[in-house]
Order: sequence, then C-alpha cells, then structure tokens
Amino acid sequence: MARYDRAITVFSPDGHLFQVEYALEAVRKGNAAVGVRGTDTIVLGVEKKSTVKLQDSRSVRKIVSLDDHIALACAGLKADARVLINRARIECQSHRLTVEDPVTVEYITRYIAGLQQKYTQSGGVRPFGLSTLIVGFDPYTGVPSLYQTDPSGTFSAWKANATGRNSNSMREFLEKNYKETSGQETIKLAIRALLEVVESGGKNIEVAVMTKEGLRQLDEAEIDAIVAEIEAEKAAAEAAKKAPAKET
Amino acid sequence: MECVFGMVGKGFALVVADSSAVNSILVHKSNEDKIMVLDSHKLMGASGEAGDRAQFTEYVQKNVALYQYRNGIPLTTKAAANFMRGELATALRKNPYMVNIVLAGYDQETGPSLYFIDYIATLHKVDKTAFGYGSYFALSMMDRHYHPNMTVDEALELADQCIDEIRSRLVVAPQNFVIKIVDQDGAREHSWRRTTRD
Repeated sequence: MARYDRAITVFSPDGHLFQVEYALEAVRKGNAAVGVRGTDTIVLGVEKKSTVKLQDSRSVRKIVSLDDHIALACAGLKADARVLINRARIECQSHRLTVEDPVTVEYITRYIAGLQQKYTQSGGVRPFGLSTLIVGFDPYTGVPSLYQTDPSGTFSAWKANATGRNSNSMREFLEKNYKETSGQETIKLAIRALLEVVESGGKNIEVAVMTKEGLRQLDEAEIDAIVAEIEAEKAAAEAAKKAPAKET
Repeated sequence: MECVFGMVGKGFALVVADSSAVNSILVHKSNEDKIMVLDSHKLMGASGEAGDRAQFTEYVQKNVALYQYRNGIPLTTKAAANFMRGELATALRKNPYMVNIVLAGYDQETGPSLYFIDYIATLHKVDKTAFGYGSYFALSMMDRHYHPNMTVDEALELADQCIDEIRSRLVVAPQNFVIKIVDQDGAREHSWRRTTRD
C-alpha cells in the first residue's frame, strides 16, 4: 500500500486515493465546526483554542463572509482555507460582474467543491486539507441553505452538520435533537452541539448568525449569556429527572 | 455632448451627470444613470464610450467590493482613485478605455474628496471639475461662484446655474441631469433636473 500514496493521481489496487483519505485525516484533526439551518436563520459555530495569550484574537477569524449573503466556516489546514476562500471571493464578484446577479449558495459550493476535486486529479499537487460548511440565503427565493464540501470534492446540502474534531459526537447529538427552529432557538441548538465537544465558555467558541440582513458575529458576552441559559436549562432538566425519583 | 461635473462642499461632495444615451442622431434614452454608487461612500460619474463606460465602471465596482471582503475594511477614496488610474494606464498602450471619470468619496478620517481621472489615466485631486463640452460652461460658472465649504443648498444652486448655462448655450444640450451626493451618511441619489419624461 505504501507505494500507492506518493502521487495522488494514482489509484491503489483496492480503489483508494490515499492522499484524499490522508487529507480527510487532517480535517479530523482540525477544530470542531458546526452548522445548523433554521427557517429564517443559519448558524455557524467554530471551536476556538484559548491557549494563546499573546495572540491578537481579532486577526484570527474562523467564520468568514464570501459575499453579502454567503458565509463559510471550515475545519482543517487554515492556510489551505485562505487560498480557497480567496478564490471563492473572486468567483463571487466575477459572477456578479458577468451575469449581474449574486451567486446562489449552491453555485459557490459547487465551485469550491470543483476546485477541491481538481486538486485530486492533477500532477504534482496535493488536495486541500479542509472541509467547509457554507451557509447563505438564496438571493431570489430567500430559502436558507447549508452545504458541506470535503477534500475529495463531494458536496451536499444539510439541515445540520458538523466537521473537524469529534464531529461524530456532534452529528449524533444533532441527529437526536434536531428540529425545525428559528431565530434564537437555532443559535442555541448550534451552541449546544458545540458544547458537547468543546470546553464551556464564550472565549472557546466563535459563533456567527446569517439572516436575510447579513452575517452577524456574536461577541463573547452574547455567547456567554446563551451558554449560561443552556446550562440553566440543563440543570433544570437534571433536577426534574431527580425529583420524581426522590418521591418514590 | 455628455457632461459630468462635480464639486466638494462642507462635509459632502456632489456629482452631476447628464442622462442621455446617444447614437449619432438618435437619443436612445434620456434617463441613463451614469453615476455609479461604487460602495457605501463613493460615487463615480463616468462619461465616454458607452460600452467602455459600463465595462470599466462595473469592473472597478466589483474589485472594490472584493478588496473589502478580503481585507475587512473598505478602500479609501484615494486608494480607489489610484486603482482606477492604474487600470486605465495599464490598458492605455494596448486597448484603451475611452472613459472619463469624476470620483467623489467620503472617508471618516479625511472627509469629502473629489478626483479627476481622464481616459489617458491622468489623476488629479480637485475641489471642482467637469468633463465634456458642458465643461466649458460648468468650469467657468464654478470658477466664478465656487468657494470652499459651501452648504448643500449653495452647492445645488451652483449646480443648477451650471446646468442652466449648459442648457442655454450648448447646441445639442442634454435634456435631463441626475445629481448624486456623498457625505457622512453615505452615497445616494439626490435629485433629477428634467426637461423631458422618459
């Protein structure tokens, strides 16, 4: 098997593209990211490593906007992300220039996924080591969408999804607890999913909310308030569970 | 017979452009908007070859937007003017854009500013300027009546005087004009001066 993971244009005898699979490993080591789609809101949440004291946190934005109505969060190699995000931003403007219309979420997702796929089928290059979560509202129909791409270049739409570290736990949580939500409830669901795998607290999470008006980054105080609400709800649920048991 | 002119006042800049789209002796339309809102605080009045005007101004607008997404902050008016001038200069010796531009902008730190950019990539920062045959009359009126720190009403009065001169003295004067203003609150359409309805 070792001879089939040098140039990524080569399949292994049992049909694997090892470089692509190694790229997926890199994604699994990246920070946790979650996306939840509501009826009028889409929320992106990303884990923030809080160990760096001297770093200016404002220069590390993990949730970026590609256009007025599209935002992206990713897990994996951040340097690769910079390149992909730059190309996507150019494509958003180029689309506006040539057809005088903003991109749809599906269009830009297809573009990014296409770019990721190209790098799995070219000589001398390696795949991008990141999976992206792309959110936005369709500029014509106003329908909210959440898409995910991965290093192999596949993409699909989701009601809620997670990627990066411990994404399986988060996805399990979302599968159990997902329901159609709107506004604040969507934000809470996203943060609850993230808190399954991330240390609690506003300084460990970065959250951004996309509405028809645009993207809004929540500041630490807001996140702390919502986290406190969630913990209170959890405590109340625990207490409710214990109380009947005591009576019998 | 296109005409674009502009001036800087106290805390604002004004750009006035005619709104005729002409092909030889035919007037296609007289409500063509030639002043593009480049971003929230910039106005770009353009005159010249119709195709080049649309292509170049839209190209600049999308690049200004791209800069903002990449860097998180908008371009200053000076930077946008220099970018435009650079693009015109690069294309000049190959495939020139026949567009003359009046760029007006408002920046938080430096206030309102006005730039003259002509089709051979000349760039000047100015207080008042004009392009086209109408400039003969507009510049003369502004030389006589312009003073620094005018109020919006004073500037509009001067703009009206220029438009009146153009209408009465230019042989094929444009029928309608559009006035746009940019100040601390942003760039927006101010009013029209019409002689015909389209």
